[in-house]
Amino acid sequence: MKTNSRAGEKIAKLLIWSTALFVLVVLVAISAYILIKGLPRINWHFLTEIPRNMGRSGGVASTIVGTLLVTAVAIIIAMPFGIGTAFYLAEYTKESMITRIIRFSAESLAGIPSIVYGLFGFIFFVIYLNLGWSILSGGLTLAIMILPTIIRTSEEAILSVPKVYREVSFSLGGTKWQTIIKAVFPSAIRGITNGIILSVGRSVAETAAVIYTAGSALRMPVSLFSPTRTMAVHFYILAREGISLENAYGTAALLIILIFLINVVANMLVNRFIAKGR
Amino acid sequence: MKININSKLMTQDSKPGLPSSPSGSPLDSRQSVKIKTDRLSLHYGSFQALKDISFDIPKCAITAIIGPSGCGKSTLLRVFNRMNDLIPGVRVEGKVTLDDLSIYEKTVDVVSLRKRVGMVFQKPNPFPMSIFDNIAIGPKSYGIKDKQELNNIVRWSLTQVALWNDLKDNLKKSSLDLSPEQQQRLCIARTLAGEPEVILFDESCSALDPEATMKIEELMVDLAKKYTIIIVTHNMEQALRVSDMAAFMMIEEDKAGRLVEYEKTNIMFSNPKDKRTEDYITGRFG
Repeated sequence: MKTNSRAGEKIAKLLIWSTALFVLVVLVAISAYILIKGLPRINWHFLTEIPRNMGRSGGVASTIVGTLLVTAVAIIIAMPFGIGTAFYLAEYTKESMITRIIRFSAESLAGIPSIVYGLFGFIFFVIYLNLGWSILSGGLTLAIMILPTIIRTSEEAILSVPKVYREVSFSLGGTKWQTIIKAVFPSAIRGITNGIILSVGRSVAETAAVIYTAGSALRMPVSLFSPTRTMAVHFYILAREGISLENAYGTAALLIILIFLINVVANMLVNRFIAKGR
Repeated sequence: MKININSKLMTQDSKPGLPSSPSGSPLDSRQSVKIKTDRLSLHYGSFQALKDISFDIPKCAITAIIGPSGCGKSTLLRVFNRMNDLIPGVRVEGKVTLDDLSIYEKTVDVVSLRKRVGMVFQKPNPFPMSIFDNIAIGPKSYGIKDKQELNNIVRWSLTQVALWNDLKDNLKKSSLDLSPEQQQRLCIARTLAGEPEVILFDESCSALDPEATMKIEELMVDLAKKYTIIIVTHNMEQALRVSDMAAFMMIEEDKAGRLVEYEKTNIMFSNPKDKRTEDYITGRFG
């Protein structure tokens, strides 16, 4: 009996360990493959020149700028709405029909394929609002797409702040608003930031939702109304239309590095400026 | 652990039992009343948690609320700073006055009431920020921005709880690096920074070891020279050691908490009037 349970323990440990190992291997294998194929393409010219010849030659400078701008627009728009909604759900309401509807909508939005967002963005922003294929249309579409993620992660972060912090703040004569800003927000900021980093990653990597809304222009964008091609779309078009697989790998490698950098920098900023009391 | 109930604190702070005043209040006629409850009842929705509680809490003394678990001690304590308001569906009947202010009137500003009536919680719960910020958070929310003034408040508050000398060079350090006792002292300092008149202690030593408990008790006794203190405690020895007045609560069949006996602590513990009080304080139940 005793040896049995000990053997079972060992097998369970081995199984769990091997699933984790498997995931790690897959991740490393994909990243390594793309980096090995793509890194040799990356040099100063690749980073600073705009694509020429449909992307066969030249660099990817305009797609880097496009990606960053579209993502920035998406985050700047989605962040206040997402965090605001999360605070509303977590702090300002009791569980009611309205909160259930908001939560259900957010969850449904999260499950919609991104191509549907792309189509909606195309019909609504590009055509109906006449914003055209532009950074703004792409950013707005992505903002709607990442909103549910930001709401969900922020709400969880807010709810995980110990109730006693709120009580202490109220007991010190804090108002509701002061309690949220001074006691709840600083403790929830890490979780909220994680949700935003996740959303940045999704925005940077998104193709379907932006190809219809931001367009696929290779010029360097000059304003928010310029059409642009994000790196992910560029990579997709290069590979799909067989223009240059080498440059596709180069772009993909750059995308991986960019997402990695965004994660590292965002975490550093949070540690440095916001979560210093911990 | 065995605690000597005839400790120094006890002999120092419990006054000899004088006869109760004719009004029925056990307070001496020369003691002024800080908080008065009159037929106080409290309901959570359809559930009645407190029933018909009337007593006078003396100024600049320690009043202990004791009784078995679930008798409504904490609920009663949270009546005084209206923390129960945070729970949906709470209804309060009767009258509670702080000096001349009837605190459940519609016109009362709860925020300024809570500045007058501070609270220290069960577990040490400093905010995850620096020691300085923990204390400055209250004054800042009252609109004090001047750096020098905030420095003075932090210094004063930490001095009151005997932390200043240990921490004055580490005010930027995270409060979470402090020992539990220091954290609880910090929480008391945080409350003092708001210049309250009354401080509520909700089982504030129950998460501390005996030595730290003793030190916090000494601090309470010290603070009672300037502040009106009300404590909730499960620890009979603690009530006996620190409190001047004791209020014994119990629930009856309807589950509503009632005030069974309110008396000078040394009288209640040496000569309880009610059989239930006697059973409880001698450890027969609860």
